[in-house]
This record gives sequence, structure tokens and C-alpha cells, in this order.
Amino acid sequence: MDICRMTALELGKKIRQREVSVTEAVKAFLARMEAAEPKIHSFVTVDREGALKRAREVQKGIDEGRFTGPLAGVPAAVKDNMCTKGLLTTCSSKILGNFTPTFTAEAVQNLEKAGAVIIGKTNMDEFAMGSTTETSYFGVTRNPWNLEHVPGGSSGGSCAAVAAEECPFALGSDTGGSIRQPSSFCGVVGLKPTYGTVSRYGLIAYGSSLDQIGPVARNVSDCAAVLETIASYDKKDSTSIRREDYAFTGALACDVKGMRIGIPTDYFGEGLDGEVREHIRSAVKMLEEKGALVEEFDLSLVQYAIPAYYVIASAEASSNLSRFDGVKYGYRTESFEGLHNMYKKTRSEGFGAEVKRRIMLGSFVLSSGYYDAYYLKALRTKALIKEAFDRAFERYDVIAAPAAPTTAPKLGKSLSDPLKMYLGDIYTVSVNLAGLPGITVPVGKDKKGLPIGMQLIGNCFEEKKIIRAAYAYEQTRAYESPEICRDLRHGLAGEEKAGKGGDEYGKAV
Amino acid sequence: MAKQYETVIGLEVHVELATKTKIFCSCSTQFGGAPNTHTCPVCTGMPGSLPVLNKQVVEYALAIGLAMNCEITRVCKFDRKNYFYPDNPQNYQISQLYLPIARDGYVEIETKGVKKKVRIHEMHMEEDAGKLIHDEWDDTSIVDFNRSGVPLVEIVSEPDMRSAEEVLAYLEKLRVIIQYLGASDCKLQEGSMRADVNLSVRELGSEKFGTRTEMKNLNSFKAIARAIEGERQRQIELIEAGKPVVQETRRWDDNKEYSYAMRSKEDAKDYRYFPEPDLVPIVIDDAWVERIKARQPELRDEKLRRYQKEFGLSEYDAQIITASIYTAELFERAASLCGKPKKVANWLMVETLRLLKERGMEPEEIKFSPENLAKLVALTEAGTINSSVAKEVFEKMFTEDVEPESYVAEHGLKIVNDEGELNAVLEKVIADNPQAVSDYRGGKEKALGALVGQTMKAMKGKANPGLVNQKLKELLG
Amino acid sequence: MANRISDETIEYVGILAKLELSGEEKENARSDMEKMLDYIDTLNELDTTGVEPMSHVFPLNNVFREDVVVNGDGSKDALYNAPYVKDQGFKVPKTIG
Repeated sequence: MDICRMTALELGKKIRQREVSVTEAVKAFLARMEAAEPKIHSFVTVDREGALKRAREVQKGIDEGRFTGPLAGVPAAVKDNMCTKGLLTTCSSKILGNFTPTFTAEAVQNLEKAGAVIIGKTNMDEFAMGSTTETSYFGVTRNPWNLEHVPGGSSGGSCAAVAAEECPFALGSDTGGSIRQPSSFCGVVGLKPTYGTVSRYGLIAYGSSLDQIGPVARNVSDCAAVLETIASYDKKDSTSIRREDYAFTGALACDVKGMRIGIPTDYFGEGLDGEVREHIRSAVKMLEEKGALVEEFDLSLVQYAIPAYYVIASAEASSNLSRFDGVKYGYRTESFEGLHNMYKKTRSEGFGAEVKRRIMLGSFVLSSGYYDAYYLKALRTKALIKEAFDRAFERYDVIAAPAAPTTAPKLGKSLSDPLKMYLGDIYTVSVNLAGLPGITVPVGKDKKGLPIGMQLIGNCFEEKKIIRAAYAYEQTRAYESPEICRDLRHGLAGEEKAGKGGDEYGKAV
Repeated sequence: MAKQYETVIGLEVHVELATKTKIFCSCSTQFGGAPNTHTCPVCTGMPGSLPVLNKQVVEYALAIGLAMNCEITRVCKFDRKNYFYPDNPQNYQISQLYLPIARDGYVEIETKGVKKKVRIHEMHMEEDAGKLIHDEWDDTSIVDFNRSGVPLVEIVSEPDMRSAEEVLAYLEKLRVIIQYLGASDCKLQEGSMRADVNLSVRELGSEKFGTRTEMKNLNSFKAIARAIEGERQRQIELIEAGKPVVQETRRWDDNKEYSYAMRSKEDAKDYRYFPEPDLVPIVIDDAWVERIKARQPELRDEKLRRYQKEFGLSEYDAQIITASIYTAELFERAASLCGKPKKVANWLMVETLRLLKERGMEPEEIKFSPENLAKLVALTEAGTINSSVAKEVFEKMFTEDVEPESYVAEHGLKIVNDEGELNAVLEKVIADNPQAVSDYRGGKEKALGALVGQTMKAMKGKANPGLVNQKLKELLG
Repeated sequence: MANRISDETIEYVGILAKLELSGEEKENARSDMEKMLDYIDTLNELDTTGVEPMSHVFPLNNVFREDVVVNGDGSKDALYNAPYVKDQGFKVPKTIG
């Protein structure tokens, strides 16, 4: 029995049936992390002691009938931009390198209420700004499919950890594609819910009007179950929406008969890698074969999504990140002369290049004389993009598209040309601007052996449709894990045979 | 001939609202407390925290806006005002720029018997900043976020005022309106009402406004009056010397009676306002406005008219009693308890005002209850105590809010109506003062006064002076 | 479009954003910002006359909290991560001269 290979729901079931204890489960993943981390580096913080202590508590809760849900006792990883009380939360930034929150994010608390065990905090692009996880102050995360490649970003740590079986599922956050794109690059399933579905309370903001927390897992069922657990109406988040139906797992049916699927031709034009195009096309064909009605259409305005997104996200970020000033928490520069010099040195030393770039851009577009030309123009463009989606969803239940124009690039290739990196977000950012739900499912690999994901976009509040379409597609294809998992498993298998080991187990790989 | 100048003044008045909790979190707004005790992740700008609007803030703002004859913005929003300062935990303040809750109103002021409208440009809701405590010794400041997030409204007037007198009348008007609404206690000294003065001067008769400066740090009516005069002089001197007035923010130093520019190259004054993404719009429908209107208490002008009509008070008395909601409420309650509005008014007009002035107190600091004032009136009305005793009891009430009935009983202050005791004293006084007696009998009416005084003294003030007078006349008659 | 961002602008934005950039960083910031703004200018191809700027995607409004004190003494949590504390307050360089 290989605990690390199980999906979250499988493991949850075994725990409920007392075939696996919570401590066993946690130890298995801690051991896997110890083996995998030197190679992949998905985590900023591993909470070994905390997780083991919590495992005992949860086991007791399960035994006493207090935890009965599908995720009770299941280990989970959380992106390092969600506050966890008593556990370091850094946003992968030097400026928050020593920050320990005094409260827990609502979404994480919902997981804990369901009995999940948080085992660590995953690496990310600094403050979620980036598409490769290379802007982390704590070093890059590598793609488990090929260690020379990036995992995508900004939730690269969460996606790599799930792909490398360091945890059965993880939470990510998505402001412009930060769950869907790395899920595509890492060959896992990631879902960005409708804006307002998961509380943002405790999520360290990047672009407040765009940010949403969502699940990353190895299959659609796990994603649906996790979403069902973390989604809630939260009075502490004024943009939280009271949904009528949170039973997302109810959509897990292999039935797309009559489902109208739109293919935006403008998402399949120039700039899209040929292999990616072919894989998405054939994945859509599979759905068509299952009875879906597929049609091509012009979504329009696609080329305006990125500029509008970068204006809005950078403007909000410039304001959201102004609280990091060396006064209340986090890093403060060693030597300074007076208040403003302290601010400037703290922030200049504490933030990385990409974060500074966006703060500068955001401050500029909001500054006197430019607000109308840039910020309001972007908000008007956003309104038009939303209208374009509204029109599309009058005709289609689901829009199928790539999640990214290419597969994962090599490490070190992206940061030198920021604009080019931003262009990689072309298929994901408009979904955030319009507040829509989107899911990425793996549909194959390119010749280099790197995964390709298909993005399915739904209308607002219609997660169930994209879950159903994704689930139906998933039934046509077996889950594939990266080769490194086999090596990691073998390493572990040897240890397991050696018996005992307790906390130490799996150390020598 | 020297040129004549006109001062043009507009005011930005910040008023702390009397809510129990802060504007965006459930922390107490109570004044004082050890540093940072009234705080939570929201009002200390912790990463991941989010604001949720206190409904009562909107209700108070609506009430004030309506009382100032403003148009209510039916869809209003919050914006972020971005600037770095340590008393501002997020380094942005949540305020309203583009769609403030109220606009285009006015209040009427009166100076030297002349009535005038001061127009209100707009009023918006925002959060207060924390407090900075400066340490002179080690060049540091300490930040206390207890006040951070306390709700404010900022009332921005048009540049309609022309003198310090008008400014004070305007501030007094706002204070009375807001106190009557119960929306704030408006204490300048404690900072629950603060005024920034925008001032420019121009040659009399000129249509064009001069360059204005903004003055801050004005924490009393007197400081405001002095600052206006000081800044007016400073600007006139600049103009007469042919130097330009610079548009800037200046800090008034009331001790030195001079203002200083608060300039720094780090203060760009470019606040980069944009809509607050963490809060949703406020939609104010007719029903809500009507509800607030229906709940609006009787304001001063109405009370003023009613007191004259219903209680027969003079306009002057009614003016003074309604000048503060605290004295108005005290008056109405005590009057209804004892049924003697004019007597109650008299206590408030004469003794209360005297003691307030003597002790430098504000009406809201009055300690005695309307119940006790009513009892005191009843005691004098029934002839249980005489007026000099009543004054003595009142002073006690004013300082300690003593209960008059028991105080009078405990201290034996009741008028003595026992004729036996009085007669004995009278006989003794007559026997001891033969000179006065013979003077009186010789036609010196004044001599009787001395005898009355002696008697009252011997009775320790508890005799009815009228009765003593009458008895003496009989005995000496 | 070259040189649309002057050195003074970079300096000014640095003051607004409280960022102190080195010579090289400034040059990069300038060229990055110029490139981005050129790209952002493509939005001008789009006719947005009469389009309301959309800050919130959903027509959500009137989300309120009742005026009830819930929070107690928060000083311990507030100061927990503070780099410098003095007299139960956050210590900062002196703010007035």
C-alpha cells in the first residue's frame, strides 16, 4: 500500500475505515517530502512537529466521531500566501521572511474544520507575481517532470508538490492564472473558483479584485471535494458571495451529452505551440465523442486582456504591498537615516525585482494625470471583456482552451524578458478579469515529455459544469505521474522494508 | 491709502462618530486604554485582513448629511488614499473621493445678527489614523493603533467664510447639529472634532481667489481664531512685499502664534486614489433615507421655537439652553419632573452658567442629574429651604451630584417653622442690640436689616427671612 | 516610443512607492516601464466610450457589520511580529522634526 500514490479521497476513505492511521499518512508524506525536497523544492516551510501533533488530535477526533468528512486526516499543503496561525507565512519574500501570522486564513480554517492536516507551506513566485516560481526569495521550485524546467507559477510549489506526491492535494491562489497554468505545466488538476466563492480572508492580497483561492489535486474528484470544503460565505470578506449550492462533488458524473462547448478561435491562433494545440483539439474531440456539442466561435478582445490585467493587478498590488514597511512585521533594514529612508531601504532590500517592477508600474498608472488614461481605461476594457464572456455563455455551457501557449519553459529562460513572460498569461487572465471559474486537466505530453493541460472555463457560479466536463474527459485517460515519483517510491520502499524508522523514516534516499 | 484685504476661508472638518466599534472591524472605539489594546488584524493592517463596513457609520453619516441639507449619493463607494506614514497601518487610508455619501448642502450661521449660508461641498466617510507618541530623547516615535479605524466624517465647506467670527459660528453650528443627532460628542480638545483651515486673501472687490494655504493642528476655537488672524497677516505681508503665497500645508504653533510649512520632498501629495476593491458599493434607497429622516431627533432650531412657545422662555434663555444638547436635555427632563420650567431654566441660566465659566467646564461635563435639579426646585418651591440654602445645595450638586432631599435633611438645612425657637432667638437679638433697636424705633428703617441679619445668623440661615422681618416689626412695633 | 519615461518620473514614482533603485535598477525600471506602457497603449485601439469602468464584477452591495464590540485586547497579537517594540507600541524613527 503506497499512501503517497493515493488520491485525497482514497486516502480519506482508508483513514475512515481505520486501514491507515492519520499519523501513518502524515509520516508517509513527511518521508516523501524529505526525499523529494532536495530535488524539487516545493516547500518553503515543512511543519513536521505541528503536523504530527495535529495528526494525533485528528485521529482522536475521527475516533470520537467529530471528524467524519472525506478529507478527515488527509495531509494537505498550503501556498505560502495564506495565513496560518503560528506557522511561518512568507509569500516567498524576504520582506515577510520572519512573519508568523496570529490568525488562520478562512479557507485553511475550513480545511482544518474538515480534519485535514496541514503539513507545510508551498513555494511560490514572490507575492504571487510571476509565472514560473523563479521569483521566490527562497529559491526556485523545479518541475517534477523535468528538473531543468519550471513548474509554472505562481502556485508552482503547490502544483509540483501534488505532482511529486509530496501531498495528495494543495491550496493555490489564482490572480491571473496562478493555479491553472502551473497545473498544466505539472500535469495535475487545478481549479480557480468564481470570484467570491472562497473567502479571501487571510490570503495575503496581490490583486484584490482578481485573487481567488482554489484546489490543486491529482484528479477532478479531489478538486471538487476540496472546493466543497474550502468554499464558504464569510462575513469577514465583503466580496464573499453566499452561494445556493456548495455540493460541487454532485457534478462528478461522466455525462456531457448535449453539453455545448465553445472553442474560441482567437485562443488557437498565432503564438500557440503546435503540440499544445493538437492535444487540446483531440481532448475536445473526446468530449464530442461523448456527446458534447462542439462549436468554434470568436470570443474577441483576447489581445486586450493582458494589458488590462497588468494595469489593474499592478495598481492594486502597489497599494496592497505598501503595508510592508518595516514597522509592524517582517523585515526592517539594518541602518537608515530617518523615517522615509527606513521605508525606502526596507522595501528596496525586502522586495525582489519582479515585485518592484509591478509596484512601480502600479504606482505610475495610478499617479496624478494617468489614472483616467490607464486605470479607468483598463476597468472599461474589463467591462467589455466581461460582456464578451456573457455573450459567449449565452451560447455555450463551457469554453475549452489551452491553459498556456506552451509547455513548461526551461529554468532561467523567462525572467530576462518580462513582457514575454506576461504574454504567457494570455489564456488565463481574462477569466480573472471576468470573475469566472476555470479548471485545468492534463490531456497529454509534448515530445519533450512535459505535460499539457486543457483549460475549461465556465460562466459565473457554474463550477459544476466545468467539473462535469473535466471529470468526463478524465475518464478517458489514466492519471500519469512523473518518473521521479517512481524513483522516490523505490527509495522509500527500501526504507519501509527496513521496518521501524518512526519519524526518521525515509530519510536516507 | 493702505489696500483693503478680504480673507476667504473654507473648512475641512473631521468629526469622530459615536459608534461603539471602529469603521471596518469590531474593535472598541473607547477613548484611552493602554497602547494597541483596542486592535485586531484589520486595524493594524495585518497581511490577509479585510475590512467590513459598520452599518452605523453610514446611518450617522446619512443623518448628518440630511441635517446639513445635502444631496445623498444613492450609490456611494469607498476609495483608497495612498500615502506612507506610520500612523496609517496599511499605508493607505480607506476614504471616499469619487462618490462621497453627501454633497451640495448648506448650514445657516448668524454673526452680529446677520444670517448667512455656508455651503457644504461634500461630506465623506473615512477611517482615522493611529496615534504617534514622540520620544524627545532617543529620536523615535511610538505608534499606538487604538484610534486607527475609528470612523470619521469629513465635512468640506465651500470657501464661503470671510472672518474668524464666521468660522467659529460655522463650527459651533456643526457641533450643535452633530451633538443633537447623537452622532458625535464633537470635543475639539479630545480631537473628536478637528478643523483644517483653507485660507487665502485677496484685495477687497477682487473676483479672483488668492493662493490658499491649508493649516492643520488647530485644537481649540481660540487657536482657530488666532491661526486665522496670524495666517491672514502672513499672507498680506507676503503680498505687500511682492512675494508669492505658496500653496502648501502649514502647521499652526499656537504657543508661538505662527504657522510653519510642513514640506518635505518625500511628501509628493499624489494620493493615487482608486476604488477600494475589498469593499462593495453602498446603495441608499428612498426607504433608507426616509427611515433616517423619521428617526431624526428634534434639532436645535426647532427646540428653540418650541421652548419659547411651550415653556414661555425668552428667546435669549432658549438660545442659551439649546446651545448644547446636554443643557437642553437636562432642561426638558427636569422641567417635566417638577413642572416648573421657568425655575429650572433659571438654575441653568444663572448658577449653572456661572459655575461652568468659573471652572472652565463644558456643558457635557455637568455632573448633576435632572432628577436632582427637579428635587431642588421642588424643595424651594415648597418653602422647605430658602434661596441661600438652595444655592449652597446647588453648588454641592454641581460638584458631587448630591441628592438634595437627603443632603438638606442630613445637614439640618430646613427652614425652621417652630415659632417658639424663633421667638426665643428674636428676644435675645432685641436684648443684645439696644442701639439698633433704638435706631429703628427712632425711624432708621435700615437698622431693621441688621437685626434680621443677626437673627438669621443665630438661626444658621434656616429661618425664613420674610417671617423674621415681619416678626421683628411686630415685636418692635 | 522611446524616452516616454524620464529620469524624473522614475525618481518621482520611487518616492510614491517608497523604493530606492540603484542606477542599474533605475535604467531597467525605465525600459521595462516603457515597454509595458507601449503595450498597454494598445488598449487605446479599443473604443470604450460610454462604457462604465467595472471595479467589481458582481453587483454585490450593502455588505455591513452590526455595531457590536466583539474584539478584546489585541495588543499581544498586534505586536507579535513587530521588529521593534517600545512601551507596548511600534517603534519607528521620529516622525516630526
